[in-house]
Amino acid sequence: METFLQFLNDYTLRNVLLGTAWIGVVGGSLGTFAFLRRQSLLGDVISHATLPGVVLAFLAWQRREIGVLMVGAAGTGLLATALIQVVDTRTNIKRDGAMGVALAVFFGVGVLLLSMIQNLPTASQAGLDKFIFGQAAALVQSDVTVLLVVGGVVLVVLLLLWRELKIVTFDPDFARAAGFRVTILEGGIVTLIVVTTVMGLQTVGVILMSAMLIAPAAAARQWTDRLSIMVLVAAVVGGASGAAGAAVSAFGPQIPTGPVVVLVLTALVLVSLFLGRKRGLVWHWRRQRRSRKLADPDTVLGALGALESAHAGTVRGHPEAVVRMAVGQSAQVGQALAALREAGLADEHDGDWSLTERGRSEAVRLTRDQRD
Amino acid sequence: MSSLEFEILVTAMTVSAACAVPGAYLVLRQMSMVADAISHTVLLGIVLAFLVVPLYGHPLMVFGASMMGVVTVLGIDLLKRTGLVREDAAIGITFPALFSLGVLLISLLARDAHLDEHMVFQGDLVYSVFQRLELAGHGYGPMTLWKMAGIFLLNGVLALRFHRELKVATFDPVLAATLGISPSLVHFGLVLMTSVTAVGAFDSVGSILVIGFMVVPPVTARLLTDSLARYLGLSVLLGCVSSLGGFWIARTVNGSVGGSISLVMGAMFVAVLLASPRRGLIADWRRRRRQRVEFAVRMLVIHLFQHRALGQRTEENHAGHLEAHLGWSAEFSRRITELAEARGLIRRVDAHWLGLTSVGERQAEQALAG
Repeated sequence: METFLQFLNDYTLRNVLLGTAWIGVVGGSLGTFAFLRRQSLLGDVISHATLPGVVLAFLAWQRREIGVLMVGAAGTGLLATALIQVVDTRTNIKRDGAMGVALAVFFGVGVLLLSMIQNLPTASQAGLDKFIFGQAAALVQSDVTVLLVVGGVVLVVLLLLWRELKIVTFDPDFARAAGFRVTILEGGIVTLIVVTTVMGLQTVGVILMSAMLIAPAAAARQWTDRLSIMVLVAAVVGGASGAAGAAVSAFGPQIPTGPVVVLVLTALVLVSLFLGRKRGLVWHWRRQRRSRKLADPDTVLGALGALESAHAGTVRGHPEAVVRMAVGQSAQVGQALAALREAGLADEHDGDWSLTERGRSEAVRLTRDQRD
Repeated sequence: MSSLEFEILVTAMTVSAACAVPGAYLVLRQMSMVADAISHTVLLGIVLAFLVVPLYGHPLMVFGASMMGVVTVLGIDLLKRTGLVREDAAIGITFPALFSLGVLLISLLARDAHLDEHMVFQGDLVYSVFQRLELAGHGYGPMTLWKMAGIFLLNGVLALRFHRELKVATFDPVLAATLGISPSLVHFGLVLMTSVTAVGAFDSVGSILVIGFMVVPPVTARLLTDSLARYLGLSVLLGCVSSLGGFWIARTVNGSVGGSISLVMGAMFVAVLLASPRRGLIADWRRRRRQRVEFAVRMLVIHLFQHRALGQRTEENHAGHLEAHLGWSAEFSRRITELAEARGLIRRVDAHWLGLTSVGERQAEQALAG
């Protein structure tokens, strides 16, 4: 406990925790819109596409402050989304193909540039490749300040445009009819997603930042049907996972932050999928079991009668499982069988059920009645 | 070119060709992002297989690692089937999780093994050819080349052998089912082929660049042809040509070969996107412009036709009023009027007033009737 408190007092760790948690908060909030707009994979493309921008910005300014690199990253990220948009709307290529091309080409160019600057004598280039998987420990005070400001701006824009973004997300056709500038608003959402993605590059890395957008939203979606609550829950989930990931990776320099954050997030998504309010799989299964019909005694009686006439000469009777299959629809026949025994219509010997004399005539009467 | 460089080049071309085969079908089946997911998660498969069979490139290891691709697709399907998340989110949740496990395992367990972060994201074609295939004391060239040639051959034979199944299952799943072809068997067969290829290309181009090798040439080819056979051939060809160009660039700038090839693939895509005769943006733009002009000429003829009853000297027929009535710019009005006149559809009554010729009248009647 004491070491843990010391740990929290540590200056570097506080920066790292704050920075990563904040990225989770902003990522969760913005990701909610990406998730609802079925643009979950856009974050994946954007984050891969930022790599060349990061390297180009470094080459242009010879500095690796987060603010500088973010400008380059946002540049190529936006370029990639524009390419996807053009290819998607103007050609016969489907959206997934356009995304695959944008992701791969931009990332490939980034790898090429990275390999080229590794041959440069500039000493400070070391560490750029940390952008692939992220290294939260590299965050310093000034980086955190930049993150807080940029994230703050993103959230303020989100709040200011809340009503517009909500309408565009849920009913773009209505929004267009109502006179909203849908194209501009959609571009705005994509720009916000790009900026958010770029925020996480240094700590979470280009490959895994997309999960920071999708997973909190996917978890939050399972707990509520209201947009405002979903954004809040996603922000909390993202923030908590970010903090947890940063804390764990602080234990060893060889533990990259991104993967830890993603694994925490994945665990939270799974828990939400199972336990989520109303929608969760556990409740779903329970409802399904409960709604499974309890077979009514007459049906079971008829089924037993049919079984016996089909296997004429069998004295042994039939086990409950066979009766259930004869009734069909995976119904529960146990209670009905007990009721039949109570009424003296059926009897059980060593787990095998058969009709009594009275039960047999009753079954015959039932079948006749049904036929009439 | 030294013999080593030649080997690198041939290896790069083989990798491209091997990747283009499953890639072509992935693009047609709109599975590009599934391929992206697979290319990330085979990393976990490789790490796990490496822990069991620490012999990189061993066929058993390649196959074992490839099963992770199948696991990924199963995971995506499972998530999708809960009905709680849509396909895009299902992909976006599944692959980062499996990929993270892989990265974490590498950083915790396999520090000393020759699996490091660099290999993960870029691989290294130059390094990969240093591993030689040696049998009974004889060297037979780079192992990667043999491996990828084998995978290319396997992919090619499978694609040819199951050409009909792939085609029908891709374009008409319902017909496939009635013909007794199982669409899901084809689906998972393709997934497995993709995974094996991604695992095979892992040490030469890395687990992420491989998606470019799979997706970009087919997407480019798709812009150039509608024939399936030509599309498949072109995908392989474009992949090989990109490798040639990429290799040359990498040698010139002394950079990553895989990255350079991606760059050339991207440049080729952009060039085709702009200049493809039928599908390109330039052709599209010209078509739109031509359509706008054709439409405007027709509008003008109909406009004059509608107002012919009013006599020929009303303001409707005044050349200067087209701007106000049809919302055209002065320049555009002039161009359209000249064009219509050149085609003999309209005539100038005098300097300012326009009228229809008999040809123009007939055309307007046809347009209004049809």
